Amino acid sequence: MISSIIFIVFLITGSAFFYINARKIRRNILLGKDVTINDNASERFKTMLLVAFGQKKMFTRPIPALLHLFLYAAFVITQIELLEIIVDGVTGQHRVFRASLGGFYTFIVSFIEILSVLAFVGTLAFLARRNLLKVPRLVKNELNGWPKLDANIILIMEIVLICFIFMMNGADEVLYTRGQSHAENIGDNSLSFTVSSYLGPLIYGSMPTPGLHVIERIGWWGHILMVFGFLNYLPFSKHLHILLAFPNTYYSNLKAKGQFHNLFEVTDVVKPNFDSSYQSVLDPNAVIKFGAKDVTDLTWKQLLDAYSCTECGRCTSSCPQNMTGKALSPRKIMMDTRDRLVEVGKNIDKNGGTFVDDGKSLLGDYIKTEEIWACNTCNACVQECPVNIDPLSIILSLRQQLVLEQSSAPNELNGMFSNLENNGAPWQFSPSDRANWINEN
Amino acid sequence: MTSIKVPTMQEKIANGETPDILFWVGCSGSFDDRAKKITKAIVRILNHVGANFAVLGVEESCTGDPAKRSGNEFLFQMQAMQNITILNGYDVKKIVTGCPHCFNTIKNEYPELGGKYEVIHHTELVQQLINEGKLKVQGGEFKGKKIVFHDPCYLGRANDVYEAPRDVISKLDTELVEMKRSKANGLCCGAGGAQMFKEAEKGTKEVNVERAEEALSHNPDVIAVGCPFCNTMMTDGVKHFNQEDKTKVLDVAELIANANDL
Repeated sequence: MISSIIFIVFLITGSAFFYINARKIRRNILLGKDVTINDNASERFKTMLLVAFGQKKMFTRPIPALLHLFLYAAFVITQIELLEIIVDGVTGQHRVFRASLGGFYTFIVSFIEILSVLAFVGTLAFLARRNLLKVPRLVKNELNGWPKLDANIILIMEIVLICFIFMMNGADEVLYTRGQSHAENIGDNSLSFTVSSYLGPLIYGSMPTPGLHVIERIGWWGHILMVFGFLNYLPFSKHLHILLAFPNTYYSNLKAKGQFHNLFEVTDVVKPNFDSSYQSVLDPNAVIKFGAKDVTDLTWKQLLDAYSCTECGRCTSSCPQNMTGKALSPRKIMMDTRDRLVEVGKNIDKNGGTFVDDGKSLLGDYIKTEEIWACNTCNACVQECPVNIDPLSIILSLRQQLVLEQSSAPNELNGMFSNLENNGAPWQFSPSDRANWINEN
Repeated sequence: MTSIKVPTMQEKIANGETPDILFWVGCSGSFDDRAKKITKAIVRILNHVGANFAVLGVEESCTGDPAKRSGNEFLFQMQAMQNITILNGYDVKKIVTGCPHCFNTIKNEYPELGGKYEVIHHTELVQQLINEGKLKVQGGEFKGKKIVFHDPCYLGRANDVYEAPRDVISKLDTELVEMKRSKANGLCCGAGGAQMFKEAEKGTKEVNVERAEEALSHNPDVIAVGCPFCNTMMTDGVKHFNQEDKTKVLDVAELIANANDL
C-alpha cells in the first residue's frame, strides 16, 4: 500500500516534470520563424520509418551501427516491460502479466534479457571508443566539458539500468525456485528467462531469502527510478535524439540536396525588374531581415535540427574543411545553435515570458565568421547525418546575414560579386568576350 | 581534328531553325583556358552525332551559383531572372550543361523563379547518346588505362547522379577504380561554396591536396572529373605532388572525344 503510494508519487512527479520541460523545448523550437512543411505525407512517413525507426543511414558505418542497434532495440523492447512495471507499481502486484500471458511473457522477457546483454556489451564498447580508443570524431575540441560528460553519464546510466534489470530478474528467479517469489506460481519451478535463469542462481544462489527480497526490490525500484531519471535527463541532454529523431526525419528535406531555399522576400523585390506585370505581394514598409543573426531568425525546422543532434560527429568527420584543419565543424554549428537557443529560453523564463536583449547572438558570440566562410556547401554533412539534420542550411542563413545585412563578406568574395554584377562572370572578363572560345584554336 | 561548328541561338532563330537542345557553356567553360578544352570536347561530341544544338554565346551570363552559395541572394536572383528572361524568350525546352554548378542551379533553383527546363549534365547526355546508339565509342588511347573518377558534389550528392559518368567511362575498356570516398561519400575538391574565389580559411592542409592525395594513392593514369572547377583543383593537387607527367586530369567529355578522335 505505502509502496504503491510512493510509486504513484514518483510516476506523477516524474511525468509532470518531464511534461513541463518538454513543453519548454517545444516553445523554444517554435521561437523559430514559421515555415510550412506539410507536403507529401506518405513520403515523409516513409523517410521517418526508414531513417529514424530503421536507422538506415547508420549502416554506412557498420560497427558503431551494430553496437547502436543493440542499445536501440533493447530500449524499444524494454518499453513493453515498463508497462508491467507501472501496473505492478500502481496496484502493488508482482509480474501481473505472467500468469495470463504464459509462454509469450517468458519469450518477451527473455528477448529483453538477451538484448540487454548485447546492449551491455555495446555500452562498454561505446565507453571504450570515447575514453580509451579515443575515436577522433568523439574527442574533438567542441566536446570538451559538458558534452563529453553528458555522453559518459548516459552510457553509465545505461549500464546501471541493465544491472538493475538483472538484479531484479536474477534474485526473483532464485526466490521463485524456492517458492518465495511474490510472482504467482503457475505450477512450474523457474521463471525460465533465458539469461537470469542461469545468472540468478550463479550470483544469488547461496543468498538467504530475506536478503534476496531486498536485492529484488533494489533492482525493481532502481530500474524504475532510473527510467524516470533518464526521462527527465533527456531534455537537458544530447540524448534527446531518441525522441526527436522521429519528428526530425519526418520533416526532413525531400528535395534535391543541391536546391537551396529560395528567399521569396528577395524574389518579390527583384521580379518587377523583369516582369512588369508582376505585383509585389509583401508590404514595402515591413522590416525584412535577411538570413539569421540569432536563433530566432532561423526556422523552427532548423531549431528542431539543433535539438535532434546527438553530437555523434559523423558530419564533422566527413567535412572536407574540418579534416584539413579549419575551424568549421558542422556538429559545432548544431551544438552552438542549441546552446544559444537554451540560453534564449532561460532568458525568457527569467523575464516572465519575454526575451530581454542580452547583447549576444548566435553569429559572433557562438559561431565565428571564420567557420561560416570555410564551408564548401558540399553537402557531406547533410548526407552523413543519421537523423537528417541539415547544418548547411544554418551556415547559409548565417552567410546571408553577413552579406545582405552586414555587407561583411571576405574581400575576395566582394570582388567576385562585383565581377558577377558587371561582367556576368565571377572573373574580370568582358561579357562581350564570352563567345570568343568558339573561334579560338 | 575537324573544326567545330557552334551555332548561337540568335543565328539559329534567324535561320528559322529551332534547336533541340541548348548547350549551357558556363563561365569557366567560356573563359578559363583549361575549361575551354572541355567545352570544345563537348562540342566535338555534339557535332559528331549531328546534334541540333545552339549556345547562347554573349547572351549567356553566370547562373548566379557562387553568389547564392555565398549568401548573396539578391545578386543570385538578378542573374537568374536575367538568364530566365533570355531562355524563356527563346522558348528553350532542354538544356545540357558543361558544369555541375550550372546544372544544379538551372535544374533546381530556376523553376521557382519561372525557369522550367529539362536539364541534364553533359555526362548524362553522352550516356544517352551511347545508349541510343548515336555515339559509338572505343577505348582508344585510354584502353586498359587505370582511371579514378572524382564525383563533383553538385552532380553527385546534390543531385544523385553517380552512374552516368561511370557508365560512360566503362565504355572505354578502362580499369575504373573507386576511391574509398566516392559517390555519396565523395570528398569535395575544395572549390564549391564559392571557395574557388577566395583564399582558404586558416588550417593545416588544402582540401584539393587532401583529395588529390587520395586519388593519386591508386596510381591512376587519369583522374576523371565532370566539373571544370574540380578539374582546376585536382590539376593543382596533382601538381602539388609533382605527378603531372604520370597522371592526367581529364573531363569525361575529353576522354570520349580524345579516345575517338572526334
